[in-house]
Amino acid sequence: MRVYKVLKKIIHLGAKGLARSVSVDLNNDASLLIDIPDALCERDKVKFTVHTKTTLGTFQKPEFSVSRQHEDFIWLHDTLVETEEYAGLIIPPAPPKPDFESPREKMHKLGEGEASMTKEEYAKMKQELEAEYLAVFKKTVQVHEIFLQRLSSHPVFSKDRNFQIFLEYDQDLSVRRKNAKEMFGGFFKNMVKTADEVLISGTKEVDEFFDQEKTFLLDYFSKIKDATSKAEKMTRSHKNVADDYIHVSATLNSLSAEDSTPLKHLEKLADLFEKLRKVEGRVASDQELKLTELLRYYMRDIQAAKDLLYRRARALADYENANKALDKARLKSKDVAQAQQHQQQCLQKFDTLSESGKKELTSFKGRRVLAFRKNLIEMAELEIKHAKSNMALLQGCVELLKSN
Amino acid sequence: MTGRGAADSLLPAPSFAPSVIQWRSKMAAERDTPPLGSAAAGLADFREPEDGEDLFVSTASTLESSPSSPEPASLQVEDVSANSNGPKTAEILIDDDQDDLFAEATEEVSLDSPEREPILSDGPSPAITPVTPTALISNRIEPKVIGVPSMFERSLDEVEEEAGGDLFDINISVSDPEKVGDGMNAYMAYKVTTKTSLTIFNQSEFSVKRRFSDFLGLHSKLASKYMHIGYIVPPAPEKSIVGMTKVKVGKEDLSSTEFVEKRRSALERYLMRTVKHPTLIQDPDVIQFLESSELPRAVSTQALSGAGILRMVNKAADAVNKMTIKMNESDAWFEEKQQQFENLDQQLRKLHASVEALVCHRKELSVNTASFARSAAMLGNSEDHTALSRALSQLAEVEEKIDQLHQEQAYADFYLFSELLGDYVRLITAVKGVFDQRMKTWSKWQDAQVMLQKKREAEAKLHLANKPDKLQQAKDEIKEWEGKVQQGERDFEQISKTIRKEVGRFEKERVKDFKVVIIKYLESLVHTQQQLIKYWEAFLPEAKAIA
Repeated sequence: MRVYKVLKKIIHLGAKGLARSVSVDLNNDASLLIDIPDALCERDKVKFTVHTKTTLGTFQKPEFSVSRQHEDFIWLHDTLVETEEYAGLIIPPAPPKPDFESPREKMHKLGEGEASMTKEEYAKMKQELEAEYLAVFKKTVQVHEIFLQRLSSHPVFSKDRNFQIFLEYDQDLSVRRKNAKEMFGGFFKNMVKTADEVLISGTKEVDEFFDQEKTFLLDYFSKIKDATSKAEKMTRSHKNVADDYIHVSATLNSLSAEDSTPLKHLEKLADLFEKLRKVEGRVASDQELKLTELLRYYMRDIQAAKDLLYRRARALADYENANKALDKARLKSKDVAQAQQHQQQCLQKFDTLSESGKKELTSFKGRRVLAFRKNLIEMAELEIKHAKSNMALLQGCVELLKSN
Repeated sequence: MTGRGAADSLLPAPSFAPSVIQWRSKMAAERDTPPLGSAAAGLADFREPEDGEDLFVSTASTLESSPSSPEPASLQVEDVSANSNGPKTAEILIDDDQDDLFAEATEEVSLDSPEREPILSDGPSPAITPVTPTALISNRIEPKVIGVPSMFERSLDEVEEEAGGDLFDINISVSDPEKVGDGMNAYMAYKVTTKTSLTIFNQSEFSVKRRFSDFLGLHSKLASKYMHIGYIVPPAPEKSIVGMTKVKVGKEDLSSTEFVEKRRSALERYLMRTVKHPTLIQDPDVIQFLESSELPRAVSTQALSGAGILRMVNKAADAVNKMTIKMNESDAWFEEKQQQFENLDQQLRKLHASVEALVCHRKELSVNTASFARSAAMLGNSEDHTALSRALSQLAEVEEKIDQLHQEQAYADFYLFSELLGDYVRLITAVKGVFDQRMKTWSKWQDAQVMLQKKREAEAKLHLANKPDKLQQAKDEIKEWEGKVQQGERDFEQISKTIRKEVGRFEKERVKDFKVVIIKYLESLVHTQQQLIKYWEAFLPEAKAIA
């Protein structure tokens, strides 16, 4: 039983594809251009090469590259989340961990079933699986790339100190990451957040804009989560059908090779199914990119928007508590100035948060609508293109068979 | 998207049953010219999306594995430009001549509307022994020539069919399954309609009601009459205790409807194959089956009847015999053919299994697409941007239509492709059976020779022992066995000749059959793709309208 291990792969990628799909207008500002030109896959670890080109004086060099792991991205994201000043902004969602589980499992099953297939069949299945590995790989690279590009194109985040360190620091970041306090802090933050969820549904919202946003985001999140998982299942079924075509094609080939009678059309049929499965495979992967990935990305983005609402609700609660404290202080005539100052601070914080939050949420909606539009159009166009390919192949074969 | 609320999200897409019937009548009727206009127009409008939008083609350009890797190189990935992810768009053949394709699509054998001549025929006899028919077949059935009487005498097997199945002017349909009776004694009655211009029948169009055991009974009679002389008798559809029990018990659910439809279709194909055989169609049992309103019940087809048990015992005995008969094959043709059929059998079984998997996955795809459609509708309802909300709802509707499409395609996958393969797997078993019969005939001949030798030796002994009264008997026995040896040789030659002809016919039929069905199947795939194009082209402006 052979065990398949993922080898080191070097893949050259451009800053195209998914980046342009889920978020339009990224990486346009020449003052700070970021991309991930290649990545290495070693056992379970993926090492990304982050390449920066900048005209900003805050950086030491105009162009440089560093090697980063997934955990470094998570560290960066978490530091942004925990930065007070950014409470009123939607923090771009952290890229998900590279997940090679599915193709790895399939590769394992393939190895076990090797004996029952012909050589060509096995080779084709393996080819398909390698393509799947590649697809997962590309997706993870691009989702990490988008994360950085969202930051670089944001007026506030692009100036973040930790972001600069992430881009520039040519040593291993793992020392910084393993700071236990930060890790624990992050964990604690997550616990508090669930309490916030209760808070948010309980707080009475005075501002109409935020009230609507709250209702909308909560509902939309659960719907988009469901749609994402259903789209995933649909795409997987599609892939299964494409795989079945491989087996059909292989057996038809064996049949036509052995059959001495004039069943020449079996050979053509085998060829047809081989071509069809390639197109079906493309349909499945295009659907995944344009639809499933789109939904997945915006599901995470909406979570980030919800987080903003939570932070605002907390600020509101803080303000209300500060008010109560001020009243109490006034009653007791003790530490009034201090309490007043605190109350003012809370109010200010809440107002700033609300103002920037409103801006962020409005631009978020614009971004989302644009991305959906682009992807839905592209998906429809690709579906039409593939269906036309399929039809041409099929009709060609039918003609051939009828003319014999 | 009415009626598909959250409560429905756990149920699979409903109504397989109506679509089954819909689909069947769609395939049976003349095909309407599909809206090729949209496809052709689409081609004119079609522009290649730029490379940048095509993720997998544009991005990965080179791919190599690092030489310093200590891991075994089991995952070498070749140059991506040759990989499976990007079919070169330049290879797409755009055929402008699409209008002709569907106009050519032919359906089943066309029907005559001739005047009828009265036929002289025997009362049909359900006897098992071969009977010489006295039916006269008129010249109307040009250009075939069918030897009339005594075709069952082996010496005169001159049934010539020049053109084969196509010119056999007969079409049979099995329809209208109807449950008769209640409980465990209930059964399904099928209407068998024959349309023909052959004059061996009394009318040109007629129907009878038959039940499943009647079909089995017919097959049983034909097999016992013809198989041992080398004819390939098409096998009847298989019994299914589970399937039938559900129907009897009255479960009106999806699986029992599908079961009945599967059986109906199988019975139809069985009859068509049987009547296409030039010898079998003239058999009085076949004619009686198709024509006569009352048929004696074929009780002996029941599994646990006396005849059923006898059948099982015979089958076992045959299997044992097959192993012990070692035939001196003087004719290489037979050896070759047997090997060929063995290989064909294996490959067809494998292909059948693959296609069954395809059917299963396609059904899954349909269910998952429906489920996504519902989810997308909910998302559309939740979306607060008006234009996007509308587009999402439209997407949901498109996906719902597509799930129906996948379902229909799954039916085509099954009823056209999968069942064809299943039929041929069973047919090849029948072919192999006929080869076995030849072996048995040979064996009988050899046994007769051995017996003759023994009798001769016995006679010689008696000669020496000088017993004149027993001598005569011995001489008589020798005469008897000489006759049997001669008969045995004739039988063997005859069956060999019949098998050669039958195999030739079988191969021709197979090629034609496959071709016809495969073309139909491919056309179903074409239809699906056309519909997909239609649906997505209708959706595209909706997506573009998002502002």
